[in-house]
Amino acid sequence: MLSNIFTVSFFVSLFASTIRLATPILLPALGQIYTQRAGILNLSVEGMMTIGAVAGFTAAFYSGNLWLGILTGMVFGMLYSSLMAILSVTLRANQVIAGTALNILGAGLAVFFYRVIFGIQSLPPQVESFQMLKISVLSDIPIIGVILFQHNIIVYLAFLMVILTWFILEKTTFGLKIKAVGENPKAADSKGISVNKYRYFAILIGGLYAGAAGAFMSIGYLNIFTESIIGGRGFIAVAVVIFARFLPIRAMWGALLFGLASALQLRLQALGIGVPNQLMLMLPYALTIIALVLASKKAEFPSAYALPYSRKER
Amino acid sequence: MEELRSKNCAVEMYKIIKEFNDVKANDNVDFFVKNGSIHGLLGENGAGKTTLMNVLYGLYHPEQGEICIKGKKCEIPSPTKAISLGIGMVHQHFMLARPFTIVENVMLGRKSRKGFLLDTKETAEELVALANKYKMKIDPYAKIWQLSVGEQQRVEILTALYQGAEILILDEPTAVLTPQEVDGLFETLREMKNDGKAIILITHKLEEILSIVDEVTVLRDGVMIGHVEVDCNTTKSSLTKMMVGRDVLFNFDKSLVEAGAKKLVIKDLKVLNDKNFLALDGFSLDINEGEILGLAGVDGNGQKELCEALTGIRHVESGEVKLDNINIENKPPLFAIEKGIAHIPEDRHITGLALGWSLKKNLIIKTFKANSKFGLIDEKKIEDRWEKAKIAYQIKANSGDDWARDLSGGNQQKVILARELENNPAILIANQPTRGLDIGATEYVRQKILDAKSEGTSVLLVSADLEEILQLSDRIAVIYDGKLMGILPSGSDVKEIGELMMGKKMEVEHDA
Repeated sequence: MLSNIFTVSFFVSLFASTIRLATPILLPALGQIYTQRAGILNLSVEGMMTIGAVAGFTAAFYSGNLWLGILTGMVFGMLYSSLMAILSVTLRANQVIAGTALNILGAGLAVFFYRVIFGIQSLPPQVESFQMLKISVLSDIPIIGVILFQHNIIVYLAFLMVILTWFILEKTTFGLKIKAVGENPKAADSKGISVNKYRYFAILIGGLYAGAAGAFMSIGYLNIFTESIIGGRGFIAVAVVIFARFLPIRAMWGALLFGLASALQLRLQALGIGVPNQLMLMLPYALTIIALVLASKKAEFPSAYALPYSRKER
Repeated sequence: MEELRSKNCAVEMYKIIKEFNDVKANDNVDFFVKNGSIHGLLGENGAGKTTLMNVLYGLYHPEQGEICIKGKKCEIPSPTKAISLGIGMVHQHFMLARPFTIVENVMLGRKSRKGFLLDTKETAEELVALANKYKMKIDPYAKIWQLSVGEQQRVEILTALYQGAEILILDEPTAVLTPQEVDGLFETLREMKNDGKAIILITHKLEEILSIVDEVTVLRDGVMIGHVEVDCNTTKSSLTKMMVGRDVLFNFDKSLVEAGAKKLVIKDLKVLNDKNFLALDGFSLDINEGEILGLAGVDGNGQKELCEALTGIRHVESGEVKLDNINIENKPPLFAIEKGIAHIPEDRHITGLALGWSLKKNLIIKTFKANSKFGLIDEKKIEDRWEKAKIAYQIKANSGDDWARDLSGGNQQKVILARELENNPAILIANQPTRGLDIGATEYVRQKILDAKSEGTSVLLVSADLEEILQLSDRIAVIYDGKLMGILPSGSDVKEIGELMMGKKMEVEHDA
């Protein structure tokens, strides 16, 4: 019986789906690498993504332009993350508390505005989502072509961002400064780097990425907005960053791992294997816990992780 | 007069006032440094030395005052401005990001030639060239955490020079160095002075002032007490008097107690540090009854782990520790307490005291059982205990209900002493007991350690301060990289101890 399930086409569709499902985890994780490297633990990723999802959906619905949707999602994700920046950098609030509060607020605001804009309808409003972009020649390669090169454009862009993020963090002055304010803010300050400015940048970039990922969910993966559209992916992204020890390429593998878990549980459910579907649904989240326990021992956190900075204190 | 002064002055600071919460850290301080000279800034902890220099470096904004650099009046609102004026600062706690390489740390403070991209290769080459000029050796791609403390300091100095510093401020630069490293540093400083640079040396060590400094400014309680040119007429005692405001005794009477039998025997001890590397690697040492054994060594060579293993708060991988022939390794901390092992930990704010607790409770933190009745805390007994300790140890506090956090460092250490020295402990393990204390409190703590010894307590004195080791110890052991390098008699040469501290093993004399 198993041989009937685990066919080539099963694996091809499983891995293709893995890549698609990894995207909305990879994007916010890359953004949070900037944020966390700068010493800020922003737990409101889930909220930022929900905001991005509703903003992107609304813009795409009324303009009919999906790119405008993604862009709007990014802008609103960033705007919302500026609240975290004000709370954690300027007001030096406890980051765990600020992030948790903003998370709840974000999800609430998103649903509130969705209801205000669209009201309650029997059929949820829909948009035409991004079309699959087959990359010529490459997508014709059997098996690999289907897995890697038959996705919509946002998926490709997300994976390109891995290299870009690595490049910015390792090869540019901007990246060095971001890392410095998370590692030793006092040293950065004494070298004439504005700690607050770079922490703001890092948080806003995190918001940008999270907003993009939210919009991807509502107009790139699904074509509707629902209250639970993000479904814990924001938290998984935070976990992936720690699992990846703040490195973009490891974050990609982390996101793929969670993508695989999600894809697997969807497929096994559909096949009707004799396991309660609640257990299947747990798979990605259980994996998060295991990964965090295993990886967090080894993770070298930035020295000023989650610590507010003030020149006066020693 | 002022005209003249300006011509050859690198730094002029007039009437600087800097306040923190209504406390004047600098009160109308004048400060002048000549070009091509080494200038000492002397004062006790809290005298306002570092504050004054942070004002000069743009980290603090003074409430009042005027600063001239190279004869030109300047506002220095930020370190960036200070750097552009040619001021460099080597802080006491190094301003280095530990996972970064040397060259990455240097690049942090300056604009890249390639704009947005890092110019790692070019910077590394220039850095090596600069290091060679001042006869320093560095690998620009080494990570900071791989470097010794002395090497890290060199990186800091190089960074400042690379940024074009003409005026270099060094905050307590020798506190963490071995004697040989101090010689190397002073060599570099003289080289820089001959280059026409102005060097400001913040210190409270008088030997340094006398050996390298051309002029000295003394601060006390935020006020400038005096300005002296250092010559053969300058003496330690005259400087101390300016600094403390009274005479201080530097020579302790070491009452000669006959060394008794072996009290504590440490044999082949292996202990891991927090990162699971061997912090102690086959460490052996005996401490005799009624002696002070000084354990010298550069910080981070296993001292902390040794003290923790002896007091039962760190697991021992192998080897044994015997107190009066009873094994005490890998026993719970309470066992060590009951056996009379007292511990003055390295960091009084983390392990020494519960900062958010009252002084009374900090006093009995190890003896709750003895201070309770039917399982309830006996408030009256504790109050009595506090009153006694307060008088016996001259603790300056309003009441026993004050928070430990609100006391000065010296008074905090007195609370710890009062707790640990209660009931004449068998062994006192004192790890950096005077670190960060001012001269008065240092003198007091050292006297108390000597008193404990004359009461029959054996003392293991761990210190990075060689002066302290030499003053108090009957024998001097040296630790390096988790191993015992050798044991020297009291009164040994500083150079000899220094060599052991850098890992040169003592030649064992064989009876041929």
